[in-house]
Order: sequence, then C-alpha cells, then structure tokens
Amino acid sequence: MTTFATKHTNVQYERELSEVKENIVYAGMLTEKAIEKCIKALLERNSSLANEVIKEDANIDAIDMKIEEQCINILALRQPTARDLRFITTAIKINGHLERIGDMASNIARKVIILNEEPQLKPYIDIPRMAQATRKMIRDGLDAFMNGDMELAREVREADEIIDSLNEQIFRELLTFMIQDPRTIHRAIIISQVSKNLERIADHAKSVADMVIYMVTGQNVRHE
Amino acid sequence: MNEQPIISVRNVNFYYDSFHALKDISLDFAPNSVTALIGPSGCGKSTLLRLLNRMNDLIDKIRLEGEIIFEGKNIYDPGVDPVEVRKRIGMVFQKPNPFPKTIYKNISYAPKLSGVNNSDELDAVVEQSLRQAVLWDEVKDILNRSAMTLSGGQQQRLCIARALAMKPDIILMDEPTSALDPISTAKIEELIDELKKDYTIIIVTHNMQQAARVSDKTGFFYLGSLIEYDVTKKIFTMPQVKQTEDYITGRFG
Repeated sequence: MTTFATKHTNVQYERELSEVKENIVYAGMLTEKAIEKCIKALLERNSSLANEVIKEDANIDAIDMKIEEQCINILALRQPTARDLRFITTAIKINGHLERIGDMASNIARKVIILNEEPQLKPYIDIPRMAQATRKMIRDGLDAFMNGDMELAREVREADEIIDSLNEQIFRELLTFMIQDPRTIHRAIIISQVSKNLERIADHAKSVADMVIYMVTGQNVRHE
Repeated sequence: MNEQPIISVRNVNFYYDSFHALKDISLDFAPNSVTALIGPSGCGKSTLLRLLNRMNDLIDKIRLEGEIIFEGKNIYDPGVDPVEVRKRIGMVFQKPNPFPKTIYKNISYAPKLSGVNNSDELDAVVEQSLRQAVLWDEVKDILNRSAMTLSGGQQQRLCIARALAMKPDIILMDEPTSALDPISTAKIEELIDELKKDYTIIIVTHNMQQAARVSDKTGFFYLGSLIEYDVTKKIFTMPQVKQTEDYITGRFG
C-alpha cells in the first residue's frame, strides 16, 4: 500500500539534501564566529585576532564552494521539484549571502587593524550592540531555514530596521566628533565603515529570511 | 486558458466490476493545450484517458456514471457511435503498434476505410500526416517499405501520423515515449509542442520531467481521485496539496 511519507524513498537523495542543510548551518556558524571575533578585536584592540578573521575567511569561501557544488549536483542529477526545488534554490542564494557576510567580517577586521594604529577615538557602545543584534539575525535566519519557521523569518526582517537606525545613530555621533576636531576625521570615517559593514551584514541576514519565506510559501517578498 | 473547454469530464465514477477505479472526477481540457495526467500505477489516469475515446467499451462488467462532454454532447449517449468518437479523438499507445503493412498503408488505411478513394487525395493525406509528425523527410523515399523496418522512435511517430490522418481534434497519448530512447523521446516531445497549434493533446506519463516539459496543465491522480489539477508550472514549483508534493518530489513509497 502506498503511503505518504515526509522522507524521500531514495535514501541517498535524502542524505544529499540534509548535507546541504548541515553545511549551510555550518557556514552560518563560521560567519557568526567571524563577526564575534572581529568585534572582539575592535574592543580589545587586538590586531592579531583581526588577522585571524582575515585568514579564516578562506574557510568560509571553501564551504561556499562546497555547498554550491552540492546544489549543482542535486540540480543536475536529481531534477528536484516543488519543495525540494525551492529548498535548493534557497540554499544556493543563502549560501551566496553567507559568503558575502564572511567578506564583510574580513573588511571589518581590516578596519580594526587600521584603527589600532591610532589611539581609540571613543568607547564603543552601539557597535557591539549592533554586532550582537546582527549575529542574532543570522542565527535566527538560519534557524528559520532549518525549521521552515515563517514567524522567525518575519522577526528577522523586522530586526533589520533596528540595525539601520543604529547605523544612522552611530554616524550622527561620529559627525559631532568630526565637526569638533578635524583630527578625528580619519578614525571617525573608519569607525563609520565598520558600522556600515555591520549594517550590510544585517541586510544579507534579512535576505536570508526573505528566501526562507520563499522556500516555505513560494511567495517572493524580497522587494517589499 | 480561459477558452471554452474542448472536452469536459463531469462527475465521472467508473467501476471495473466492484472496483471503484475513478471517483467523482470532473475536469476540463482547454483546446490547443497539452494536459498531462500523472500519478502512481493504478491511480486511474489511463482509465480516464481511455474513457475519453470509449476505449473501455469492450471490457466486461464496467460501469460508468457521469458524463464526458465533447462538442456539447455526452460521448456516452446511446445514439453516439464510438467509431465516430474515435475519429475525432485519436489515440497513441505506449508501445509503437504500426500495422504490419507498408508505411504508406499505415497512414492511408483509416482514411480509406472512411471512404477516401481518390489516390491523389490519399497521397496528400499521407504526406501531410507524415510531415506533421516530422517523419516525412525520413520516409518519403521508402513509403512502400514495411513499417516494421522503422526504428522504435520512427514507428511511434508513424503511429502519431496515423492518428493525424483522420484529422482528429484531440490526440490521447498513453505513455507515448516510455519505450523509446532519449533522442526519440526528445523528438516526440518536440512534436507534441508543434502539434498543439492544431490539436489538443492529453498525455499520460510516468516521466515527471516529461510532464513538466511538455504540458500546460497537469492533473495528479491518486487511488482513483483527482487530487490536484493546475497549471504545470505551479504543480512543479508550489503544489497546493501535500499528496501532490510528496509524489512529484519522490516522497512516496
């Protein structure tokens, strides 16, 4: 008697799909770690830690290549349809976003090294908050991907607004430093670039959430 | 696809003896479109296809409820001649089944039976049918050779040409490529796309990719019921019913 199961009758195919899923989560974990480290490097003025982040981006690039290859193989060999097709297209796009997040963590690490060559301009308060909220967006976005959790994906999309306003707030504050003392301009610009990179990371996390909504519903909310 | 349907199945229940093979099926087929019927073996898709040109008539102990409306008339009305129905609604089978006669006679046989005697006219029908089935260039110089000497793919296109010779409105295809190699399959699929300009095609296939490639609409059958019937693109990207999704993604067994 035929029954309706949630797993594929083809065990190997099922395994290939879960490997993609696991690798995406692993890539997400690496990017989150990279953000954590580069912000720690900023706060502790630790350039060698920043250098580590730059070096470790190669790991994120490697898993990016691996996920892409796995997805292309599934497309070529399994001709996925319906929910599997939506899963694979989502995985390919999320993978691209995670890879970019890794690049931006490296960008931040480079800025940290430059900042460490001069005395600290100001205590960092909003940037660590922003980094923490951004990491949560990535984590929640991937949890939503793992579990097809629409509610969580929506929360991630909303969280992006908080990051945007933090970024603007940081820029306004830096502007006051620059107006008061032109000697702060170089550092202030670099700090604003750190903030801008975090803001763009959050944008990518939001895109991850958008793709989860597509994966679950087939609806495209990317430009809403 | 908002046109009037060319053929409509209305509340059809069909029984082989006590076995309820089709359960309250209703669906419309749009003219000049390709509709794929998919589902696991025994789901009723071939039974439905065969009902559309009264191919089940000869089976014992069958019972049909409901109507199949073609040109405003139920094709199962007592006054309807099944031979006339089959002239308008042709069928191509799973295995190529040319007559053991020449290529020419395979095509001319039915027109001749229905009264075309003029040889020029017959020549024209043969050429036109073979051209439409994209076989003409391959066989034009060997029309008097036995059809059995053709390859499987050519034989199947010959069978399609044979169905076209009666100038039907609808062509039913029951797994037309399951016995063919990939290149012959691709040729038939290309042909289906070509034929839909002039004909309505309803195809039963076990090849899911084929349904996705060739059809405009897809109906998924399971245990005698029509589970989902929608635009093919939608069925293969975002089906609405879980059973459909489980079947087309291979989560079924």
